[in-house]
Formats: sequence, C-alpha cells, structure tokens
Amino acid sequence: MSIGHTLLGLLESGPRHGYDLKRAFDEKFGHDRPLHYGQVYSTMSRLLKNGLVEVDGIEAGGGPERKRYAITEAGITDVERWLATPEKPEPYLQSTLYTKVVLALLTHRDAADILDGQRSEHLRSMRILTDRKRKGDLADQLICDHALFHLEADLRWLELTAARLDKLREAVAR
Amino acid sequence: MTAPAGSLLVARDLRKAYGPTTALDGAEFSIHPGEVVAVMGPSGSGKSTLLHCLAGIVTPDSGSITYDGREVTAMSDAERSALRRSAFGFVFQFGQLVPELTCVENVALPLRLSGSSRKEAERTALAWMERLEVDDLRKKRPGEVSGGQGQRVAVARSLVTNPRVVFADEPTGALDSFNGERVMELLTDAARSANTAVVLVTHEARVAAYSDREIVVRDGRSRDMERVV
Ligand SMILES: Nc1ncnc2c1ncn2[C@@H]1O[C@H](COP(=O)(O)OP(=O)(O)O)[C@@H](O)[C@H]1O
Ligand SMILES: [Mg+2]
Repeated sequence: MSIGHTLLGLLESGPRHGYDLKRAFDEKFGHDRPLHYGQVYSTMSRLLKNGLVEVDGIEAGGGPERKRYAITEAGITDVERWLATPEKPEPYLQSTLYTKVVLALLTHRDAADILDGQRSEHLRSMRILTDRKRKGDLADQLICDHALFHLEADLRWLELTAARLDKLREAVAR
Repeated sequence: MTAPAGSLLVARDLRKAYGPTTALDGAEFSIHPGEVVAVMGPSGSGKSTLLHCLAGIVTPDSGSITYDGREVTAMSDAERSALRRSAFGFVFQFGQLVPELTCVENVALPLRLSGSSRKEAERTALAWMERLEVDDLRKKRPGEVSGGQGQRVAVARSLVTNPRVVFADEPTGALDSFNGERVMELLTDAARSANTAVVLVTHEARVAAYSDREIVVRDGRSRDMERVV
C-alpha cells in the first residue's frame, strides 16, 4: 500500500501537523500496523521534495512533528491519479482497496467509480484465465481455477463494500 | 452516448417505473452480432428490467430500442412477438421447461410454435441437444433430470431457432459452480459459432468472465466499462 498517497489523501481535507497525520492514519488504516514517526517524516520530506505538499506553518517548540503540511495542486492531481488507477489484480489487495475507498469518501470523490474500475480490471484477468482454462488440459484448468477463485474472493469483498458505501461514508465522516 | 457502428441491438435513455419504484433511470445498452455482454450490478438495480425491455417483453416508459435498425418500441404487439419468436432466444434461472413435455419436445417447442412439422422440429432439437451434451435425456421429462441438465436443455431450446440474440437472466443462478461453468462454456461456445449475441445478466464474476465485456447497472443507470477506460 502506498503510504505517500494515503497521507496525501488525508491532507486533502485540510492542512495537518505531522503528529496529527500519523494519528489520522493509524485511526483509519493502521489497525494492525501503526506508522512509525520515522515513516511519516521520511514520507513527508519526499512529498515536499516532489512538490506534492508544502509547509504551511511551524508550531513553536521545533521538532519535525511540529511542521504543518498542506497539499499542493500537484498533490491533489497525484491522489486523483492514484485513486483512478485500478490495482493490478493480485492476492491481498484488500488493504489498498479499502484505503482507496475510504480516502475517496473522505475527499468526496465517487467511491463507487473506484470499485467499478477495479471490478473491470479483475474481470479482465478473469477472462484471460477463463479462456486459458477452456483451451487447456486438466492441469491448466486446476491452476486457472485456483487463481480465479482468489480473484472472485476480491470481487465478493468489493460487491459487499459497494453495498455498504453509504454506511461507510457515515462512519468515515465521524 | 452514440452506439458503436454495426450494433445489432441498441437502447438509449430507457426509463421505466413500477408505481413509485424507478427500475430504469436512463439506461443505455448496445451489443454487436456474436458478442457476449455481461450485465452486472446489485440485486434490485434494474438488470432484469433492462433485459425485459431489450427483449420487447416490457415496454419502457420512455427511451428508444432499435433492433437491426428498427424501432422496437414503435412495433405493434404482434410485430414484437414475431420478432421475439424469430430473432430472440431466452434462458432464465429456472421454471422454464414445460413439465408435461419430454426434453426433446421442450427443445423443439419454439420451432413447433413457428409452424415446423414435429419430425423436422425434433430433428433440429436433437442436434442442439447433442451440442449441449444432453441428447441422452430426450425421452425424459424435466422433473426427471438434474438442475444442470435442465439448464442445458433450456440453453438448447434457446438456440434452436438460430436466434440473433439470446437473453439469459441469471442462467446459472440455481447451479453449483461446476455445472454453472459447464453451462456457460457450452452456451458461449454455441453462441459464438452461430454468431448469436448473448445478453447475460449475472452477479457472479466467474460467470461474467465468459463474456467479452461487461456493463454495470446501478440504481437503474448503466455504465459501459469498456467505454469508460
Ligand atoms: N413487475 C414489477 N412490479 C413492481 N416492481 C418491480 C417489478 N419488476 C421490478 N420491480 C422493481 O424494480 C427494481 C428493479 O428490479 P429488477 O430489474 O428485477 O432488478 P435486478 O434484476 O437487478 O435485481 C426493483 O426495485 C424491483 O423491486
Ligand atoms: Mg433480476
């Protein structure tokens, strides 16, 4: 999962201090893996260098966690592009997809669009596997079926999430 | 949306309400000859209503449907049922075979209804049953065959008139995944070799993977995923 894009997305609703960014990330996405401060600052300095964020103010007392960051136009474009690009279908995508959906809801983008785009990307892979299965021998069929069932599991999660978008929107707004 | 050139069946801005319920709210659709298009979307989103409108079974409140250049909504009931009989085939989730008839009589029924002799109709029916690998069931009645076999008989029946379009609404919905996939494989193979288009309503990704492309229906509106990307 892209921590940089996630932090950028969190900044889209308004400037935040480093410590505040970490807290928002951990609360929304870091259930089993909270960020280290070190990760936040190395990520933020990379984003600064690339012009995707700017320092918007520094609190008295110094220390890197006291810097307040704001997203730039280039940063917004970068988040937009990341959200709109479907993930390559592979196992255990859930955390990235979940992050994208939550960020889309937080930034008032169309989360259903992201899910539709991802379904389409998954189906593209599933068509290729299905075609290989049709033309192949039993071994091909079994190998393709294994991959197909995994992709199908992603999609079942995706459909369930799509059906719960309204509830999720309420939950993330809190 | 402009339909791509060479489309066989095109729907534009379809709207349909059942009392206070909006089933279709500006849905669009197009399909080429021989193409298999999956119609996906959550339950209650309007997939079946879209299929019924496309097939001339339900008349939309507004919007246009053209089949081979002819406006379906402007046809008389008699013209529409003639079109359904001659150009369309249907497969539903279940309950479509006549229980009193044998399987071969069921498959032959659409031909009998358009005036073929019994002998001729059953000969063609049997060829399709061979194709769907259910010819050994010809003397059995629907109540004596399994769900998967019954769906293959239904697929044979949908293809027996050489339709240009088969409408399939959750054709594997009542089957386990092995039988469901076998039905899809046989249906799409047969349809592709006869250049028959298939409108395939399904919420199952593994079934949709037998299509060439998909559209997604949500709240009565459709989204063509190919033309989005
Ligand atoms: N004959 C009908 N009478 C009343 N409401 C209907 C009828 N057919 C469909 N609806 C309603 O229209 C909406 C779309 O239904 P449908 O097209 O069957 O959806 P789907 O096939 O995607 O599950 C639903 O809210 C459904 O309850
Ligand atoms: Mg339905």
